[in-house]
Amino acid sequence: MAMSQDAHTVKQFDVQLANLRSLVLEMGGLVEKQIENAIQALNDENLTAAREVIARDHVINGLQVKSDEDSVNLIALRQPLGSDLRMVMSLSNITTDLERIGDGAKKIARMTIQIYEGVGSPPSARLLRDIMPMSKLAIEMLHNSLDALARLNTEKALQVTKRDGDLDEEFQAALRRLMTYMMEDSRTIGHAINVIFAVKALERIGDHCKNIAEHIVYMVEGKNIRHRNIDTRRDVAAQDTLEK
Amino acid sequence: MSTTTLETQTALNGALNIGAETRSSQPGILVTDYNNRQTVGKITVDHPKMICREVNVYYGAKQALKNVGLDIGINEVVAFIGPSGCGKSTFLRCLNRMNDTITGCRVTGQIKLDSDDIYDKSIDVVQLRARIGMVFQKPNPFPKSIYENVAYGPRIHGMVNTKAELDDLVRASLERAGLLKEVATRMEEPGTSLSGGQQQRLCIARAIAVNPEVILMDEPCSALDPIATAKIEELIDELRESYTIVIVTHSMQQAARVSQRTAYFHLGDLIEVGETDQVFTNPKHKLTEDYITGRFG
Repeated sequence: MAMSQDAHTVKQFDVQLANLRSLVLEMGGLVEKQIENAIQALNDENLTAAREVIARDHVINGLQVKSDEDSVNLIALRQPLGSDLRMVMSLSNITTDLERIGDGAKKIARMTIQIYEGVGSPPSARLLRDIMPMSKLAIEMLHNSLDALARLNTEKALQVTKRDGDLDEEFQAALRRLMTYMMEDSRTIGHAINVIFAVKALERIGDHCKNIAEHIVYMVEGKNIRHRNIDTRRDVAAQDTLEK
Repeated sequence: MSTTTLETQTALNGALNIGAETRSSQPGILVTDYNNRQTVGKITVDHPKMICREVNVYYGAKQALKNVGLDIGINEVVAFIGPSGCGKSTFLRCLNRMNDTITGCRVTGQIKLDSDDIYDKSIDVVQLRARIGMVFQKPNPFPKSIYENVAYGPRIHGMVNTKAELDDLVRASLERAGLLKEVATRMEEPGTSLSGGQQQRLCIARAIAVNPEVILMDEPCSALDPIATAKIEELIDELRESYTIVIVTHSMQQAARVSQRTAYFHLGDLIEVGETDQVFTNPKHKLTEDYITGRFG
């Protein structure tokens, strides 16, 4: 049974559920901004902006703690069942992924500081060339998964899960290229390792976006599509949607 | 629509002349369809203790239950849930013919206990109610001693020959109901002197003293505090090993805690039946979803 859009008899229950969802969406918006800012700081070689990204991470952590508290309270006081229970559980899982994505933004910002603050020469453009396309893909995935969450749109969520493969391929290609540079010129190793951490962070962001999308499908349809291959996902998500 | 054959039930269903279980046009959903009435989920079980088909109940001109079909499996706890007036208690009372006592009440359809049609003319209702015991919402001990409350059934059914045998049976029943320790030294005190929770366990002891096959419980905990409720629920879980239990409850948490299968009734229709965890996390029917999530206006 898909999620009911009807109101609860107890109005306060609706208010609490809506508040929890807003809180998670607010957290999502903040996380999205953090990644954009981290990438912008790297692009502009702006260390102040990078430090701001690191400093702002605690706001996201705070929102996660708040949403956890709200979820526990909802479970304790309202005993949600059916789609309400799925929503509370899924939102709780989603905040975990969002918090990790926030950590990813922090990692990229830290890398920016390390490669530009040191006494050595800054890295060549070709060492950094994989970061931009990967970050574009990661930000797009995050944006779409948050959009799917706001609209409870499982079709959009399924599309997000499909993009994760693209990001993984980009990551593998980036690793191969970085390895080549390091073999060609051992002086690039220091920077290259930092870049590896950054592209790894972006690759992980893709994984977390995929998790978020999967939680959305579970929340809306009650179908668990985690750890399944792409072809069977749509079938599973399409099953059991009888409405009378 | 493709018809699914359910090996274990086909022969019985054929004999009972019910409609086929079919898959609905949406994939993955099993809907039982007979006389144009649909219950979402599988109404049959592999090892049924009771089989109910096309059960209709009328109170005078008013139809309280519409074409309900459901199996009760051996050694399982089935919970009936639904808003007031949905027919769940009515259906429960059909299972041991308690509705016979209500004037103007008419039951049609077929209800079988093992292979016996319980509405057959040859059925002795007193014997039937010994096989299918009942525990009510309000504890209702007889105005007799604790001992006599439990001894009454075995005695009238001629289950024991000697006083010693009766003593053993009374103690064993109280033990099974988790009450013996609390009443061992006060067997001659009136049953009504016990607390509410103890009285309800006394009623359960009284029900199991006649060695029933099925126990029906009509909101057995609604008058009890949470601790007494927990004791009854623990007892239900233990009794399941030996008996088949059907429980009507207004507490969805209780249905979720004690039952293996849950059936949701609405305005006389059996709307949905399924594994309890599925019904409470991912109900298939909108009415079920609205009820368990508290969305009824």
